[in-house]
Amino acid sequence: MGMTMTQKILAAHAGLESVEAGELILVELDRVLGNDITSPVAIREFEKLGMDRVYDKDKVTMVMDHFAPNKDIKAATQCKMCRDFCAEKEVTHFYDVGQMGIEHALLPEKGLVVSGDVVIGADSHTCTYGALGAFSTGVGSTDMACGMAIGKAWFKVPSAIKFELKGKLNPYISGKDVILHIIGMIGVDGALYRSMEFTGEGVASLSISDRLTMTNMAIEAGAKNGIFEVDEQTLAYIAEHSDRTPVVYKADEDAVYDETYVIDLSEIKSTVAFPHLPENTRTIGNVGDVKIDQVVIGSCTNGFYRDIEEAASILKGRKVAKNVRAIIIPATQDIYLKAMENGLLRIFIEAGCIVSTPTCGPCLGGHMGILAAGERAVSTTNRNFVGRMGHPTSEVYLASPAVAAASAITGRITDPKEVM
Amino acid sequence: MKFEGTVIKYGDNVDTDVIIPARYLNTIDVKELASHCMEDIDTTFTSRVKEGDIMAAGENFGCGSSREHAPIAIKASGISLVIAKSFARIFYRNAINIGLAIVECPEAAEAIEEGHIVEADLDNGVLLDKTTGVSYKTAPFPEFIQNIIENGGLIESIRKGAVK
Repeated sequence: MGMTMTQKILAAHAGLESVEAGELILVELDRVLGNDITSPVAIREFEKLGMDRVYDKDKVTMVMDHFAPNKDIKAATQCKMCRDFCAEKEVTHFYDVGQMGIEHALLPEKGLVVSGDVVIGADSHTCTYGALGAFSTGVGSTDMACGMAIGKAWFKVPSAIKFELKGKLNPYISGKDVILHIIGMIGVDGALYRSMEFTGEGVASLSISDRLTMTNMAIEAGAKNGIFEVDEQTLAYIAEHSDRTPVVYKADEDAVYDETYVIDLSEIKSTVAFPHLPENTRTIGNVGDVKIDQVVIGSCTNGFYRDIEEAASILKGRKVAKNVRAIIIPATQDIYLKAMENGLLRIFIEAGCIVSTPTCGPCLGGHMGILAAGERAVSTTNRNFVGRMGHPTSEVYLASPAVAAASAITGRITDPKEVM
Repeated sequence: MKFEGTVIKYGDNVDTDVIIPARYLNTIDVKELASHCMEDIDTTFTSRVKEGDIMAAGENFGCGSSREHAPIAIKASGISLVIAKSFARIFYRNAINIGLAIVECPEAAEAIEEGHIVEADLDNGVLLDKTTGVSYKTAPFPEFIQNIIENGGLIESIRKGAVK
């Protein structure tokens, strides 16, 4: 029986010729990732094993991004625990304030993930790297600890849903709108335990950052992983960022899919997910009059350079509405630097936005933009659960960078075409 | 594995942000995590939960973030078992890895009400609602998973050489 892209990568890493959906396998890991929230729990578990070294000091990776720069004494203590552990175990890829970025934007940029890799990360958005044709998935801290110890993890081989993309996106429409549309269609558990595989002639028109945004939110449909077929654009991106050699896996012609959806990219409209689930989507024409208090543009979902650039193109020469706080968070130091060199920071500051150092910050209600009771935010982040960005009665509306920037100008959820 | 306890019930899509809000993730102290468990959707949970109580919920329990602090907080609050219609996958493996008993049983999760007394016999795959007298069958864990649980979680399995 034919295998999906995901199944082929898993089979290769389990030393098997073929695998079938439902099979339990033990796979070799190319990278094990953690952040400043999940790593301390993993370190505590790792220490119970009594091992004096990690399985491969070049493959274990820790990024201090969630509550860093340290938001309080407790957060500082957690970062210190990670820092000390990585120093003691001589972990090569430890990213602290000054080098760090939001982990899922940082790893592709640093060339730490290439096509064909198997990556686990103690962060649910680890599924992002599927955009580069890797199998990557979020796990908990215990899996991370065991991964650090033995370089392996157990998985149940997933079945898959195929998304065949065709056509091209219209102006001001991006990967965020596509993935919100898909989650609205299949629901927050629509891909539970399964892979979401993106193929078709429409893939070529999507930038790598659009693809990263889409696979990033595969977890928001419950998926084990999201993965894009590798094309010339993927290989060019990897060649630019990594000195490792990608291994390209293509799904077999006779691969079995649970379902297939054909998505015409030219029909996708700006899409907004209303509180308190990413599946509560409405197209921009149906949002009504939703007044907002805050806009956040950033995160592992939409803090890429193209996202920041798109927001700047809308905010250029315009002002953020009175009583709206607009927070821009480039996801990495390189993105920040490029935004500075290209004059984007000036555009934001003149418009009345603030520009923050890279951090997950407000996305998970950590710091740098917490909401008060009853406040509303339009955010390019990935979750709008109860209390996600602050007070339990606050509300988060998930949208693209273009919608978020346009909304910052008007003070209500707005179609970018209205202000351009 | 056998449990008996009073049921505390929630709905669909209980996410890890409400199980333990991220604002409390600046600690790994299990008691402190437990003291904030569920507070964004149920401010009474921590004061009424008793050792051995059973949590029941709907579809996609534990969706969202990979924070292991979520099953840790539930376990440390005294909950002995979570019964749900379905679990989000990262939560599912985290619960197994840390030794929080969970069971997928749509019929039981639908019918069992808040306050009912439930007896669970996971070895034989039976859930008995003692309040109504109705019993439900559940699927046993695959052998591989049973092995992890019997060895006391994934860390212990590796220590004992059961997973190499």
